[in-house]
Amino acid sequence: MPILELKNIYKSYGTGTSKVAVLDDINLAVKEGEFVAIVGFSGSGKTTLINMINGLESPDTGEVLLQGKPVTGPGPDRGVIFQNYSLLPWLTVFKNIKLAVDEAFPQLSNSKKENHIRKYIEMVNLSHAAHKLPKELSGGMRQRVAVARALAMNPEILLMDEPLSALDALTRGTLQEEIIKIWSQDKKTAILITNDVDEGIIMADRIIPLTPGPMATLGPEFRIDFERPRDVTAINKDPHYKRLRNDILEYLIEVGATRQQCSDQKYILPDLQPIMPGRVSIGRKIKNQKVKYF
Amino acid sequence: MKDKTIKSMRFMGLGFLEPLFKTISGEEPKKNLSIFIKKSLFPLASIFIFILFWHLGATALFNKEADARIEKARTEQGEEAAIAMAECIASGDISCQPNTLPSPKQVYQAYLALWKDHLQIAEKKDEFEEKVSKTNAERQKQGLAPITYTGRPSFLDQIGTSLKTVAAGFLLALFVAVPIGIIIGLSEVLRNSFNWLIQILKPVSPVVWLLLVFMIVKTVITDPNMDKSFIISFISVGLCAMWATLVNTSMGVANVDKDYMNVSKVLKLSIGKQIFKIILPASFPLIFTGLRITVSVAWMVLIAIELLAQSPGLGSFVWEEFQNGASDSNAKIIVAMFVIGIIGFLLDRIMLTVQNFMTFNKA
Repeated sequence: MPILELKNIYKSYGTGTSKVAVLDDINLAVKEGEFVAIVGFSGSGKTTLINMINGLESPDTGEVLLQGKPVTGPGPDRGVIFQNYSLLPWLTVFKNIKLAVDEAFPQLSNSKKENHIRKYIEMVNLSHAAHKLPKELSGGMRQRVAVARALAMNPEILLMDEPLSALDALTRGTLQEEIIKIWSQDKKTAILITNDVDEGIIMADRIIPLTPGPMATLGPEFRIDFERPRDVTAINKDPHYKRLRNDILEYLIEVGATRQQCSDQKYILPDLQPIMPGRVSIGRKIKNQKVKYF
Repeated sequence: MKDKTIKSMRFMGLGFLEPLFKTISGEEPKKNLSIFIKKSLFPLASIFIFILFWHLGATALFNKEADARIEKARTEQGEEAAIAMAECIASGDISCQPNTLPSPKQVYQAYLALWKDHLQIAEKKDEFEEKVSKTNAERQKQGLAPITYTGRPSFLDQIGTSLKTVAAGFLLALFVAVPIGIIIGLSEVLRNSFNWLIQILKPVSPVVWLLLVFMIVKTVITDPNMDKSFIISFISVGLCAMWATLVNTSMGVANVDKDYMNVSKVLKLSIGKQIFKIILPASFPLIFTGLRITVSVAWMVLIAIELLAQSPGLGSFVWEEFQNGASDSNAKIIVAMFVIGIIGFLLDRIMLTVQNFMTFNKA
């Protein structure tokens, strides 16, 4: 039995003539321990899809089944890593995680809770920053806190909504490896939403493209069968990787192109005259600038 | 050595002298001198210019009033009386001084007089306390109320009373406006239904609030031993000042960042935890901005309310001096004006410090 099932999901926003169907006919089954990546263009409804799995939104028709039971709202059995980290800025790293642990394991004693939190802070290599506030951390460190917070709840499923898209390429690479390393320790079921095909190939077992919206739906799946643990540099040279990457990209570009042909919307571009460089100078250079008091 | 001196200067609040110190010790003298001039000398210069204009204006008004008096004496009593009046004014005799805007010098003298008066009254008070200490001890044994000093309060006592009233009014506003603001902020229905009421009551003048409070307090409190005027004035101050906090709190609570709310939903926090762990901390910046406005409004309306409520304090001091019409009354009013301004500024600074201490900064 799949741990997570999406059946005939349809979701729209707005009413009347301004009604927009975001998702249509979404069907997906995820097995326990599987790592699934959903790849799509921005604006195609990826976040709506993941919000329906974590319970923040509910589908208009169709249902989300978690271990056979329909999802009615959010809960700590699904750990979420948000796109913009969503750490509480007035709490330290430790307390941010503690808030989640308090909810997930209310029966634990304080010392056990503390050990549990420390374990996860260590797992994401932030022991030195446990008592820092989020504003004192870099973007990558903040996302690691968000990862630790989601994992510390010991969820059945880990949901990641473009977790690394706000980071630079180098940090993204290291964090991808770290997340995979942590994931492989207890093989949680994981769903990754991303707009980066490479990220999907490196991390996931399956890649499912989401066609561009409106009426976005899931495309044919692509199986990624590289051996784990994966070596990124080796994969990069693998001809199989290149073919897979091209297939997925081609598919995405193709559905994107057909979408654009379908739409009969015309864009009116503003009539702008280019300014010749060198002809116009903005501001004057002031020579011998003196100390100015006012 | 140099760094240590700079550090201790900063600690003592003398940070503005830092550039001057650096100039003298030869560290980038040109740059530091210019910083010193910009940051310290110009503000000082502005104060001097203000005092200069004040002095000139006061002198002009004094001369105009003096001329008018001499002219009046001339038309009513003839040339001799006019000369006598001119001599009287020139001699500085109190009986014939023109009564107009006091000069900075007069205000300073009034300030010294008020200070001397305070010391005298404090001394009298101490003597009184000493005299009645024995009797009071006995009265306490018998379960009677101690005898208290009932003499005239000094200027400093009046400031103390005013501060007490403002503190009471502020606390009232805090304990009324923040909880109501949170409740209103949490529910859109409540927010919509109370909005018009708040919008109508917010611009009502302090004087009207005072009269309203007077109507109610007069009926509710019948015990003659209770300090009715104090109760009336602090409730009015609280009522006038609480609107900023109320509106800001409900705004802050209603507009908590959606990301934080998503976190609380995903964690399935209980309502209580949601309010105390997410919503309140997230709206602290706005709540404290509201409280800061409340303090300054409270201090501003206090004077008018004390003036009308016959409650002791700076407001009644100003009013009494105005009614009094002694030769230095006007100067004392100006002293009170500066005291009010400076205390208001200090209160705002204290609130700003508390605000910075209590609220988070988004990176």
